[in-house]
Amino acid sequence: MEIKKGIAVSPGITIAKSLIIDSEDYRIPRRSVKPTQRMIEIQRARNAFRTAADELTQLEAEQKTIEQRKIKDIFAVHLRFLRDRSLRKRITDLIHSESVTAEYAVSVTLREIASHFTKVKDAYISERAADIYDIERRLLKQLLGGKREDVEHLTEEVAVVARNLSPTQTAGFNRKFVKGIATDAGGRTSHTAIVARSLGIPAVVALEDLTEMTSGGDTVIIDGNRGIVIVSPDDETIRQYEGYSLEFAELEHRLTAIKEKPPVTRDGVRITLLGNIEFPDEAELVLQKGGEGIGLYRTEFLYLNRPSEPTEEDHYQAYAETVHVFKHRPVIIRTVDLGADKYTQRKRFAPEPNPFLGLRSIRFCLQNLMMFKAQLHAILRASVLGEVKIMFPLITNLQEMMQTKMILRDVMEDLDEESIAYNRDIKIGVMIETPSAALTASTLARDADFFSIGTNDLIQYTLAVDRGNELVSTLYSSVDPAVLRLIRTVIQDAHKAQIELSVCGEMASEPEYIMLLLGMGVRTLSLTPPMIPEIKQIIRSVTIEDCNNVAREVLGMNTERQISSYLRDAARKILPEAF
Amino acid sequence: MKMQAEENTLEKVVCEVGVEIKNADGLHMRPAMQFVDVANQFECDITVSNNENDVDGKSIMQMSMLAATCGTKLKVKAEGADAQRAVNALRELVEEKHFDEPVPKND
Repeated sequence: MEIKKGIAVSPGITIAKSLIIDSEDYRIPRRSVKPTQRMIEIQRARNAFRTAADELTQLEAEQKTIEQRKIKDIFAVHLRFLRDRSLRKRITDLIHSESVTAEYAVSVTLREIASHFTKVKDAYISERAADIYDIERRLLKQLLGGKREDVEHLTEEVAVVARNLSPTQTAGFNRKFVKGIATDAGGRTSHTAIVARSLGIPAVVALEDLTEMTSGGDTVIIDGNRGIVIVSPDDETIRQYEGYSLEFAELEHRLTAIKEKPPVTRDGVRITLLGNIEFPDEAELVLQKGGEGIGLYRTEFLYLNRPSEPTEEDHYQAYAETVHVFKHRPVIIRTVDLGADKYTQRKRFAPEPNPFLGLRSIRFCLQNLMMFKAQLHAILRASVLGEVKIMFPLITNLQEMMQTKMILRDVMEDLDEESIAYNRDIKIGVMIETPSAALTASTLARDADFFSIGTNDLIQYTLAVDRGNELVSTLYSSVDPAVLRLIRTVIQDAHKAQIELSVCGEMASEPEYIMLLLGMGVRTLSLTPPMIPEIKQIIRSVTIEDCNNVAREVLGMNTERQISSYLRDAARKILPEAF
Repeated sequence: MKMQAEENTLEKVVCEVGVEIKNADGLHMRPAMQFVDVANQFECDITVSNNENDVDGKSIMQMSMLAATCGTKLKVKAEGADAQRAVNALRELVEEKHFDEPVPKND
């Protein structure tokens, strides 16, 4: 039994068999074989060793120059491992005693050896774990014949364990079978976290070397409430967690009970709670959880889980499906936020050296007008079906805003010519997610019907921190004084211009930040659907006066640490069981 | 260094020698490879121990898992006809050649 502590990013508890997705997407499930087949598996393992050794001998011989001396040494070492009788015996013994497949035995054995190295204090020796993984991969390549089993073809419930997950991988998850996610890398606002939360799957990230200590098929417990992952738990631990799981379900149940009640503070101030969604079928989830509309409809999924670019009709169908669920409640569609993702980078002729400061989001759209216009066309067509609003991401200056609106007008003219109906007065919003947009909010407000503060990017760009980089992710905080000052500016400017304002970043789904946001003047929050009941509970437990006091205190503080511990204490008094 | 018996007797020859890892980076992969390569030149069984574990001196997996860092003392035990020569060769590799690697400077 191994216990690992990481960052809890999506609540809930899962107990399931693990499915490892490493960078090469190999999946090594624990598969039993009949005792009579053990000899075949042992033979397969032996053959894999032999072929891998031949391959290495060849590679070693090809390293001829002095410079290649080091590489030659590495191959020579790996070759010694492949010829090591005691290693082979350990693997064949495992196949024999446990009746498992050759690939499973190889993976388990080499991971055990690697984790032995990882535990050695001496850095030079512990780094040798990488050699063992390389040997493992070489053997698995032989055994699996390069065929990759991916998560799209699951037939049983699993907990996904990975180093990191790309948006493309998560978008491809079959939600019927993926019951939990645990990753080595990532932070509170990494893509994995966002997707897990919106799917309502328990998830823990930043587990450092979890993939190294887990073998496919091991039972794992993912505790998305406490940020703990337990590999191969003993029976007692499993029982204990089944208990936690039950308690959690009860809390969920209690929160469901407040679904029908409005989000009103104790002193009668009405707050609006909207949902952030990624896929059309999440719209139902927003309603189930008591959301009153969609405050952020991400549209990248249309690009990420299909082989070719979506057509205008694909866009329209997806929007129509969602709008239909909400009838006359607001649905804010954000135009595509592509560019800094692997999907776009891979298609690019030369990848950008610094994609987050590069051609992404609205900039990408403004340079790919055909694509952008197709999406705008579809949004406008869908605008007659309900209360559709349109929002532009990553606007950094007024010119961009004006240019974007001009393109929207062009598309409106096209629709006029085609005699297609649309809402001429569609509300146009700006997502405030860069310091430049926040600082010029008063100017942008003249050309916008609403603002939505995208805290994730705003924090990343303000604090110069990559939220997915575990080396610096602790610097990433919603309540850094610099971030709070920008947020305050945006709120004040929106109020002065009398335009609507909402917060749609992760910050809006963090229980400890709700009082602060309300105290700063926010009245609309858009958040990941599973968190809506909990946030509503908090809203119903506070008064605006309390919130104003909290905001006043916090805005006078100078360090992030001071602010976050103050907010945690304040929140704990309101809803003790959530913290 | 303790050593007994003659190589050409039919009795089981057992030789044992204590060695200390002296190269700065310890018994990492390449030195482990050199060690097993030398060990495998002999017929005798070779066991290496660090007080906690006894491992097969001819297995790179087991040798590298000893994770012996600079300064670690190991016991090398050989059993078989050519035990004496094996022990001598391994001692020379570890203590005199230092696996052809640098040793820490003494200030």
